[in-house]
Amino acid sequence: MASWLNTIIQGILLGGLYALFAVGLSLVFGTMRLVNLAHGDLSVLAAYVALILVGTGTARFNPLYSIPMVMVIMFVIGYALQRGLLNFIVQKGDVQGVIVTFGLSIVIMNALQQAFTANSRGLDAGKVENVSITISKGLAIGWLPLMIFLMALVVISALQLYMGRTKMGRAFRAVSDDQEAARLMGINTKHLWAVAMGVALLILSIGGVMLGIRTTFNPLLGSDRLIFAFEAVIIGGMGSAWGTLLGGIILGVAQLVGAKAFGAPWQILAGHVVFVIILALRPQGLLAKTVTA
Amino acid sequence: MSLLRIENASVYYEDFQALYDIDISIEEGEIFACIGANGAGKSTMLKTVAGVLRPRRGRLLFDGEPIDQMPPYKRVELGISSVPEGRRVFPSLTVHENLLIGAYRNRKGSWTTDAIYELFPLLKPLRKRQASGLSGGEQQALAIGRALMANPRLILMDEVSLGLAPVVIKRIYEAFPILLENGCTILVVEQDVQHVLTVATHVACFLEGRIALQGVPSELSSEQITAAYFGV
Repeated sequence: MASWLNTIIQGILLGGLYALFAVGLSLVFGTMRLVNLAHGDLSVLAAYVALILVGTGTARFNPLYSIPMVMVIMFVIGYALQRGLLNFIVQKGDVQGVIVTFGLSIVIMNALQQAFTANSRGLDAGKVENVSITISKGLAIGWLPLMIFLMALVVISALQLYMGRTKMGRAFRAVSDDQEAARLMGINTKHLWAVAMGVALLILSIGGVMLGIRTTFNPLLGSDRLIFAFEAVIIGGMGSAWGTLLGGIILGVAQLVGAKAFGAPWQILAGHVVFVIILALRPQGLLAKTVTA
Repeated sequence: MSLLRIENASVYYEDFQALYDIDISIEEGEIFACIGANGAGKSTMLKTVAGVLRPRRGRLLFDGEPIDQMPPYKRVELGISSVPEGRRVFPSLTVHENLLIGAYRNRKGSWTTDAIYELFPLLKPLRKRQASGLSGGEQQALAIGRALMANPRLILMDEVSLGLAPVVIKRIYEAFPILLENGCTILVVEQDVQHVLTVATHVACFLEGRIALQGVPSELSSEQITAAYFGV
């Protein structure tokens, strides 16, 4: 019994990680109707940025401290990527967006492979990786997964406040509602989209670095992460950050329960099965927030 | 100097030419009405002034400065704001938030949210409501209020009476003198000629992408206007 409870708690905590991947995807889709297929690869890129910052040999420092710096760098990359490339295909239709970001995904993956080889790498955060809080016999919560989950809560709360209370957040929602009307009101959509992409990658870099600490990573992992992020967004419902967290949690629990019930090979498949069931029963997602004129 | 001068502007949608060598001068303090049938090019002209479309030939001068290559947000900064066709309020934002978006560029001037609630008292009790739940007339008042929040020198109004009850249309036109008092010139596009001609100081009648007739409404006979409107 305790071991099942343990599995569910681990699944919930894993859901926080998936939410960190998914929130940015949802933000970008919401503000510019762009499906960014390079999102997963950009999360891998964030881990490699941390790897460079942390350094090798004696100059090493804890990768946890690199996170703020990675966030800033990824914001700048996101802003530049949007202004220099993606702004030209936003509003040209869904197909262009899919093709260009798919191409971008391949470019990032191969560039990382070229620069860092296909070998798995890891970020060493020291003893925090192995410390856990024992609640009872057979029930222990790892400090690192708990930290990731708490970070997801903080990020989502901050994003909600930003969207709800600030002038920029209001402009994001206006652009999401009606892009042309927003331009007529004096919003520079090119700049706003670039900020949205920057913020998306800033959030993504937390997930990228934390997963890099939790497990090893290599340049080929982007597409797996993209699928998990997608599933979290769609289960939770578009336009709702808390929904995305809920989606991540459902996905995480489904995967770990599936693995425990039917064996490790079932982990990924169990997540996909639950996703398909929810998509079939409630295609708009669990907490969808859609408003029409 | 004219507030807005459109010089021989030709505007296209891809290969289709929608406006042919349009020449217009709008003076400060005017209510300039563009009338004409559906598809005559009135809305195209407003979109060109707002910056959503750019003329392939010809120029736009605002206060003597060329603006035809400026993006819409720079034009808002200069004082051109829009009440778009079909209202286009932001449905998921509250009434109050919609007004605040209108002030996004922070242009200085006399219009504040309080002044808008005074101009359109019907909006005040709705300030926390999502704009999607408003009636057509309420949305139109909100769209006008939102445009005023930019403290415009020139306000572009596209089909403000479309789909509204006559009593609401009347109330909207009653607000026009207050806009003028606050230093706002009005460029209004209408299919419904009746109301707009009672307030306009200048009228231009569009026909198939050209201006068929323009002048001071009181000096034009209704026969002339009908002929220019229908092209007979």
